[in-house]
Amino acid sequence: MEHTDLLVDWSRAQFALTALYHWLFVPLTLGLTFIVAIMETIYVKTGDIKWKTTTKYWMGLLAINFAIGLATGIIMEFEFGTNWSNYSWIVGDIFGAPLAIEGLMAFFMESTFFAVMFFGWEKVSKRMHLTSTWLVAIGSNLSALWILIANGWMQHPVGMHFNPDTARNEMQNFAEVVFNPNGVSKFLHTVSSGYVLASLFVLGISAWYMLKKRDIAFARRSAIVASSFGLIASLYLVTTGDESAHQVALTQPMKLAAMEGLYDGEKRAGIIAFGVLDSAKKIGDDLDPFIASVEIPGALSFLGYHDLNAFVPGIDDLINGNEKHGIMSIPEKMQMGKIAVASLGAYKNFKKAKDSKHAAEALKVFEAHQKYMGYGYLKKPEDAVPSVALSFYSFHTMVGLGSWFIVLFIISLYYTMTHEMHNKRWLQYLALFSIPFGYVAQEAGWITAEAGRQPWAIQDLLPVGMATSNVATTSVMITFWLFAVLFTGLLIAEVKIMLTQIKSGPEGH
Amino acid sequence: MFDLLTLQEYWWFLVSVIGALFVFMTFVQGGQTLLYRLGHSEDERDLLINSLGRKWELTFTMLVMFGGALFAAFPLFYAVSFGGAYYVWMAILFCFIIQAVAYEYRKKPNNLYGKKFYENLLYINGSLGIFLIGVALATLYSGGNFVVNDSHLSHWTLSSYGLEALLNPFNVAFGLMLVFLSRVQGALYFFNSLEAPEVTRRVKKVVVVNFLMFLGLFLYVLATILFAEGLVYDADTAVITVKSMKYLHSFMEMPLLAIFLLTGVLSLLYGIYIAVQKNAQNAIWFTGFGTIVAVTTLLFVLGVHNSVYYPSLVDLQSSLTIQNSSGSYYTLSIMAVVSLLVPVVGAYVVYVWRSMDKTKLTIDEVKSDSHHY
Ligand code: HDD
Ligand code: HEM
Ligand code: HEM
Repeated sequence: MEHTDLLVDWSRAQFALTALYHWLFVPLTLGLTFIVAIMETIYVKTGDIKWKTTTKYWMGLLAINFAIGLATGIIMEFEFGTNWSNYSWIVGDIFGAPLAIEGLMAFFMESTFFAVMFFGWEKVSKRMHLTSTWLVAIGSNLSALWILIANGWMQHPVGMHFNPDTARNEMQNFAEVVFNPNGVSKFLHTVSSGYVLASLFVLGISAWYMLKKRDIAFARRSAIVASSFGLIASLYLVTTGDESAHQVALTQPMKLAAMEGLYDGEKRAGIIAFGVLDSAKKIGDDLDPFIASVEIPGALSFLGYHDLNAFVPGIDDLINGNEKHGIMSIPEKMQMGKIAVASLGAYKNFKKAKDSKHAAEALKVFEAHQKYMGYGYLKKPEDAVPSVALSFYSFHTMVGLGSWFIVLFIISLYYTMTHEMHNKRWLQYLALFSIPFGYVAQEAGWITAEAGRQPWAIQDLLPVGMATSNVATTSVMITFWLFAVLFTGLLIAEVKIMLTQIKSGPEGH
Repeated sequence: MFDLLTLQEYWWFLVSVIGALFVFMTFVQGGQTLLYRLGHSEDERDLLINSLGRKWELTFTMLVMFGGALFAAFPLFYAVSFGGAYYVWMAILFCFIIQAVAYEYRKKPNNLYGKKFYENLLYINGSLGIFLIGVALATLYSGGNFVVNDSHLSHWTLSSYGLEALLNPFNVAFGLMLVFLSRVQGALYFFNSLEAPEVTRRVKKVVVVNFLMFLGLFLYVLATILFAEGLVYDADTAVITVKSMKYLHSFMEMPLLAIFLLTGVLSLLYGIYIAVQKNAQNAIWFTGFGTIVAVTTLLFVLGVHNSVYYPSLVDLQSSLTIQNSSGSYYTLSIMAVVSLLVPVVGAYVVYVWRSMDKTKLTIDEVKSDSHHY
């Protein structure tokens, strides 16, 4: 069943909108839960009541963020059904499992111990309270684990086979799904990005207190935890980011090419440290893709394949094929895909007619070509290329900011340790203004991952056009705008409340 | 180890239990609609909100879990119903999105829209949200306008995308029934968990009125279910046919289920009785147990005994049964292993609930707590 492009676009827009909103709140939860757990541990260990105040203050901000994280989260799960219902059937057998496990293992843990963390100070023992705080942190990170396993599977489907009788993919090996290298690197990179964001958040707000010359001791305490946690996390973030890029190179070469604006593949491919794309550039022409660029030679080969001399295929190679490097062209894949689709149809018809001999033959043909079935639904070869501009700029924004955060944490850790941060105004401003950039890097990361995956909902298997629900475009438009208005309204309220709480400070609490 | 049908039944059972636990937990929503009915002063309303505020996330999570379990075990239902009855499910979700922020933001300084706004969100969640969930559950009996094709891809045949369910009196009654039940439960929850005689004095009347409304609707709904036509699935030919009084037959042929249903109803009645006659503060445990057992049974019966749990009103053969809509054998068995975690989760939820509710909540405690809603 084919869908109109308009329906597909609106469904994507709605998913993108809701996911990007959800992701405004999740990373802070992922990191801040750990930060408050660390602070409370210090309190329990030292018995110093100041650490308790500090813990409680950050917990207060966490609660405000958490509430809206839940509000934007619930819709995500159900959207797979409401807007991607074909998807839900075709891969639900594999995809549904991690989502259910997430609910059972993670969400219950979070929501149960959340109540203890906030209301249990006087009701349960210190130990039990501390345990609860840690369980909230673990729970929130577990929820990231399972959802990212699901997402990793979309990027690199493993552990399943296609069942021609039910016309869906069925799970064959759960362990392969769970230990999918793509999912693992995604999980590590994403949770560490959450720790980085939360550190930026705590550091930036502490810097604001220093700028205002108030609550200095509190601000310093918080800044030390944030800088050290942030530095470790951001170093780890680069490592896991490198691993993510390696995974992309192995399983999604087209995405990698788009991320780097690489049209003509080469050995010793470089990374564009900075570049401006030429919008006149077309696939297959001789134009330089960049109007201006600064390149680090060999870096892309290294990042992608951990080998300076590795060949990195460009968009043109992937479309037109490259015999020397064993790359099949997209038109060929589309050809094979069309055979797969046709033979699957024939198999069904023969089966219906109880013609088992011909059915078996059709099935054979299908099996020989099924690897490329997804390509059979593409209309033209260029459809296999994601938006280069979106992938390129978002990827570079993320990496650039990631490098900056490391520098920031090194400087702030140094000056907090030497007790000088409170009179370094330039540093305080830098820390404060880095908060929004943390969010920019987060959103940019997801745009890289998800926009770069296009046109596939499931890499090579299921194009987005096949995956949507069969609803009217107007219905999706209506809900899109409802979400846009509602979430924006809630976001503004959240920001106002948060700012007011920050202004009132730890003592006003 | 087990055959496919056993796994499918096991999973249908789990889905029924989670659905029933969710219905029980909607005491939170019921409580939200009673804010002004039971709380006459600002302090009293704060007390009510804070008491619910320690539990609302469990209800919310239960809803998420209900969705997740359906997705993992019966993906075709997920695709057909959510993607088809689009407006109804979306409306339900909107009702829950607004709940999630309401507790935390209601009393915060500078919250942009004012306290009353967030209280209204809670009211909408408690009334409209629960009503629509009831309507959606009712369509498991009364059916939807969908077609499933050979490749198992589906579409809805009406452009009202699910809203047409509101025209069916059975669905509406089902929805209202849940609303009144949740209000009864909400009132009994307050009765159990608050130390505030002023407030709890008002509970009894609320219980009686809402219970009577519930009872009338329940009898109508039950009679409709038992005496209406139902669908039967022939497992060998995969053909679906109409049978009169299908569910009555199911209960007669599976007397154990009938006994469960009866037990549930009696327990519910007993809970109401002791609350009203004896001022028993633990009444909610009896009504709660009754609700869980009765709802589990009413959902479970849809899946077993060759029943159809989601009839199609336009194409009989498109109707969903646990056999034709489930995940594969492999996935169901993996998930069956995962389901061994359920008791663990249940145990810590109970443990935490008990240690948090050791003493009843008072307004002084709410005020002295640095973090309160
Ligand atoms: C604070 C946020 C942040 C920062 C500074 C970075 N990342 Fe990142 N990145 C993310 C936050 C993020 C993310 C939001 O968490 C993503 C989105 C999807 C994912 O797996 O993680 C992501 C995705 C993502 C992907 C795409 C994965 C895919 O398509 O599946 C790659 C290749 C990298 N990152 C690589 C890096 C590198 C080499 C960085 C060097 C500093 C870096 N990231 C910094
Ligand atoms: C697109 C896929 C996603 C779906 C379906 C989804 C679903 C949900 C749901 C239903 C909730 C509410 C949970 C509750 O009842 O307690 C939630 C919250 C949460 N989700 Fe997501 N989510 C998605 C993306 C992500 C990602 C990518 C992560 C982490 C990396 C994540 C992490 C969390 C966390 C930590 C929470 C806890 C509440 C909070 O945000 O503060 N989610 N999510
Ligand atoms: C919370 C973090 C996430 C963000 C910010 C995000 C962002 C996006 C964006 C921007 C798109 C639109 C891409 C395009 O149309 O060009 C998209 C699509 C989509 N994403 Fe994500 N995503 C997130 C997590 C996830 C996760 C964890 C999953 C799966 C478990 C997921 C599944 C999907 C699906 C099914 C679509 C729709 C199909 C498509 O357009 O590819 N997303 N997401």
